[in-house]
Amino acid sequence: MSSSKPYQARKMSRRQLITDASRGICGVGLLATGLAGYAKQSQSLAAQCLRPPGALIEEDFLAACVRCGLCVEACPYDTLKLGKLFEPVTTGTPYFDANIIPCEMCEDIPCQEACPTGAISPELESINDAQMGLAVLLDQETCLNTQGLRCDICHRVCPLIDEAITLEVQRNTRTGHHAMFIPTVHSDKCTGCGKCEHACPLPEAAIKVLPREIAKGELGKHYRWGWIEKDKAGGSLIDEVLDLPDRVPEGG
Amino acid sequence: MKHPIGHEAIETKGWFATHKYLLLRRFCQLGILALFVIGPLLDIWIIKGNLSSSLLLDTVPMTDPFVALQAFAAGHLLESSAIIGAMLITGFYFLLGGRVFCSWVCPVNMISDAAQWLRRKLKIRTSTKLSRKTRFWVLAMTLVLPIYLGTMAWELINPVSMFHRGVIFGMGAGWVILVGIFLFDLLLVEQGWCGHICPQGAFYNLVGRFSPIKVTADKREQCDKCMDCFAVCPEPQVLKMPLFGENKGFGPLITSADCTNCARCIDICSKDVFKITTILPEKAEV
Repeated sequence: MSSSKPYQARKMSRRQLITDASRGICGVGLLATGLAGYAKQSQSLAAQCLRPPGALIEEDFLAACVRCGLCVEACPYDTLKLGKLFEPVTTGTPYFDANIIPCEMCEDIPCQEACPTGAISPELESINDAQMGLAVLLDQETCLNTQGLRCDICHRVCPLIDEAITLEVQRNTRTGHHAMFIPTVHSDKCTGCGKCEHACPLPEAAIKVLPREIAKGELGKHYRWGWIEKDKAGGSLIDEVLDLPDRVPEGG
Repeated sequence: MKHPIGHEAIETKGWFATHKYLLLRRFCQLGILALFVIGPLLDIWIIKGNLSSSLLLDTVPMTDPFVALQAFAAGHLLESSAIIGAMLITGFYFLLGGRVFCSWVCPVNMISDAAQWLRRKLKIRTSTKLSRKTRFWVLAMTLVLPIYLGTMAWELINPVSMFHRGVIFGMGAGWVILVGIFLFDLLLVEQGWCGHICPQGAFYNLVGRFSPIKVTADKREQCDKCMDCFAVCPEPQVLKMPLFGENKGFGPLITSADCTNCARCIDICSKDVFKITTILPEKAEV
């Protein structure tokens, strides 16, 4: 083999240049399209996946989290896991499934402390203000308390007992003379730690913690509650209503 | 009949000297991986996290600047510890040579080296043509997509971070992508992933453009054109001019940032043509 020829710098023709460039752009464009589709799909969090306490809202979290796993290693209870490829959570991001291991709500929030990027926001000061998700009594037909039993387990394991979950007394219409104590979650207090779901004695929990985006409804922005507006104004906002005579059905 | 690659070097220098840098690299790659793994495995916490972001001895933050850039493109301003970490790592690879990451740290290097090795053993010579510039297009894509999507799209499938993360935190289905890279390199394109596509390598290529540590074909007059270095080099185009371009006015320094400073050429050369050298920044563009 002669050594002088093969190593001359090849001159690239314009045609070659355009061919190469368009091949590159087409190939990468194809890859980008597929990737964008996959990315769009994985932008919504699956219902059983919860983010660590203080995590930014999902959209911002996915822009911020570098998938380093420092929060996972900081978690003393092995609650947090990193999402794997094709799992229903964005690859490499931390999540927990309350049904497997719930959040123990450490007071010093080690996962937040470990996060280098602010994906777990440093603004969360107390673990009791965390909003990892929201517990919902999803199945009122299987919950033992709705059968009139005094299971109460979800209520008793709640770290914010009588604040995040209260037992609301209702009349038991089946027996006619007993009470039912319905576990009732209050969204302003519930941290979404998942202890209630984890502790539910049913083979499939009746109370489940969902990401807040799924669990919460949203009021129309134009809605005003008359009684609240009345309190704010210190009195009725409209003039005295005309008092018309009541019409009673005949024979009533 | 040509001798197998490295035959002359082993005869003149011995097996160990012919594999010195290769062994050092494997030691370095596996050592770094081991440091990360002994934390969760044995509760020995020298370093926490993974290559994307980590904390050394509970004090020194380190963040992959490529991931940090993706986060920035996605619209998130990182906390200071991640920014400091990204600057540390950028400075580190700027000094040592950008693609030192590829050959001395990145775990995927072992996959592509294995494919390359098997290619030689099985004498697979077919290789689909693909421009080595493709990686820069892919790099551009990985930084443009987050601007539109608001999420680090590349990190969904990035084999580099996935491999490293998988070893520490569980691989899941991630091995599919790693096997894919192995087969791609073995059957479709020689050095396909690391040499043509990987945007992380392209990023570190840019970081190391003016780095002061380079390989030089210092004693190129001793070269007997056995071509062993071309056979083992992951980016053989970087060798051409420094080795054979003297009459065209090219110096012996391997200036291309494609070079990963893997030093395999130093190992394999029976004539001691190559060595690692340091240069002052202004001389970098010889």
